[in-house]
Amino acid sequence: MGRRVLITGLGAFWGGHMARALEADPSVDVIVGIDTDDPSVQLERTEFVRCDDSYSILARLVRATQVDTVVHAGLVVNSALMPDRRLHEKNVIGTMNLLAALGADQSRVTNLVVKSSALVYGASMEDPTWFREETPRSRPPRTRMEKSLLEAEDYIRTFAEEFSSVKVAVLRFANVLGEDLVTLFSRALSLPLAPTIAGYDPQLQFVEQDDVVRAMEFCIRHELEGVYNVAGDGRLPWSEVRAIAGHPPLYISPVMTEMAAAALRRAGLITLPREALDLLRYGRGIDNRKLKRAGFEYRHTSAGAVRHFVETRRLRRVVGAQPAYRYEGDVESFFRRSPAVVHQPSP
Amino acid sequence: MHVTGRVEQGTPGALLPLRRPPAPPPDERLSDVDEWGRSEAARARLRRLFGPVYRNWFRAEWEGMEKIPASGGALLVANHAGAIPADAPVIMHGIEEELGRPVYGLADYLFRSMPVVGTAWARGGGVPAHPDNAYRLLREQQQLALVFPEGTKGTGKLVTQRYQLRRFGRGGFVEIAMRAGVPVVPIVVVGSEEAMPILAKSAAAARILGVPYVPLTANMLLFGPLGLVAYFPAKFKLRVLDPVYFDVPPDQERYRRSRVFDEAEAIRQAMQTNLYDMLRKRRSVWFG
Repeated sequence: MGRRVLITGLGAFWGGHMARALEADPSVDVIVGIDTDDPSVQLERTEFVRCDDSYSILARLVRATQVDTVVHAGLVVNSALMPDRRLHEKNVIGTMNLLAALGADQSRVTNLVVKSSALVYGASMEDPTWFREETPRSRPPRTRMEKSLLEAEDYIRTFAEEFSSVKVAVLRFANVLGEDLVTLFSRALSLPLAPTIAGYDPQLQFVEQDDVVRAMEFCIRHELEGVYNVAGDGRLPWSEVRAIAGHPPLYISPVMTEMAAAALRRAGLITLPREALDLLRYGRGIDNRKLKRAGFEYRHTSAGAVRHFVETRRLRRVVGAQPAYRYEGDVESFFRRSPAVVHQPSP
Repeated sequence: MHVTGRVEQGTPGALLPLRRPPAPPPDERLSDVDEWGRSEAARARLRRLFGPVYRNWFRAEWEGMEKIPASGGALLVANHAGAIPADAPVIMHGIEEELGRPVYGLADYLFRSMPVVGTAWARGGGVPAHPDNAYRLLREQQQLALVFPEGTKGTGKLVTQRYQLRRFGRGGFVEIAMRAGVPVVPIVVVGSEEAMPILAKSAAAARILGVPYVPLTANMLLFGPLGLVAYFPAKFKLRVLDPVYFDVPPDQERYRRSRVFDEAEAIRQAMQTNLYDMLRKRRSVWFG
């Protein structure tokens, strides 16, 4: 029997793309996705269930669908996307409800993969150059964003200790760049001027969106357990990122930065959320070697991810956002459902 | 919509339909800033600038440079002095010119919080002194790293206490070298104390500014604000002591405290003895 997978946050970018990647995998029998919003990508055989922010219907859903694998892609990692209240509801209460559902007696779940973020490490001057998975953060969190992620990870850690029969993998991703994706850095690089805290040139690390989806798939396929950092090799200074993108800097005052940033945000000159300000001052590096040791191979380095992002955007500006294959949905559904197709048994 | 997620398609039924990804293309970079924030180009520019100061102002003179390993990791440990210490750039410059290998200067993370200074410091080879950073530099990358175990207690002492070594922290440098499996190479410096001697300190001002000390230096008295950068032309003499190898297995979770303290104290004693020896032989502060 193949896998039965439940995906949270199907309406957001990651849930959608994860579902898509799993649809292509014949060993996955059933894919069920939940979210408050409709999926943004076209999906073939994924079943979509609408729910509220805190996933209160989850227990029933897990029981009814008998899923064995859960992909928790619903954690929000950019506070610019929604107000703090809703963020808390989604990240903390949502995770709590999810775990309660997974821990229920009738649950058959054996694998849980969580998409978390390197935001849990924070960014401060006492930081090591590279965070390993077990390195503690240097300072207590200040933003609601980071607090909610830490709380969610706490719940997950406790759950993993309590239910040793469930293999729990938490993936902490560095800043993601990708052509179809809105992240704080893709937005920062889509404005004519790149926000920069005057006098600071932090070393940043990126991961390409395909590597993110591949890493989650890799985790499911190999049933990994534990915490893993996911990030491209190497770090590069923000000045170099700006140079690759060809954006001149927009300087923000190094003192009273939050006030200055709030004013610029109001003026529509920047879209940076608060948790990005520390990053633009001190940068962050996460050690990606644990996942590599598990056998995962990255396609992009940090610098490669930036370059790929910038080049794709340049191409799009000329030819527009072209779908890879316009009729794909129809063709796929033909192959899957039409009686004209002779299904051959797997060898 | 561009399809991004479905790159892995294989034969149906295959357990692992993972297509082997193509080898990543060579990392094209625009700058040569490495993971530590160091740029060899910036470092070379700095050396060109500092070269004349090193040769003509401080007239640095080394003894026993050959004891520094030409390859492999080593933790360089030196005494630290002067309100804005000139010993770090002198040691880094000398070794890089002579041995042609980079020296990473481990220092207080306070630098990182300062705009402009922090960036310049990182590009010039400064690394925040975090045990993880030291381990990675020494053990995994087999580099030379320089630390001043006295820290700001060394640089913040008054001119009347010159060349009296302070406490060597908590001996953390010995533990780092043990864990990394590299030798400690002690270096003693004479001249740094007189290049920018501290006459008085204000504890209150330091508290307000959030820095370790706010000094009044002889240089400031003579040159005013320019005294922050105007060093006296004290003659720099540096002596490299015999490398200290610890006969312990690397990569241990912890090492015996007593052993760590004993080794740290032994290194401190050796450095203090050599400092006194060099001072006995010094005829003039300015001419050596």
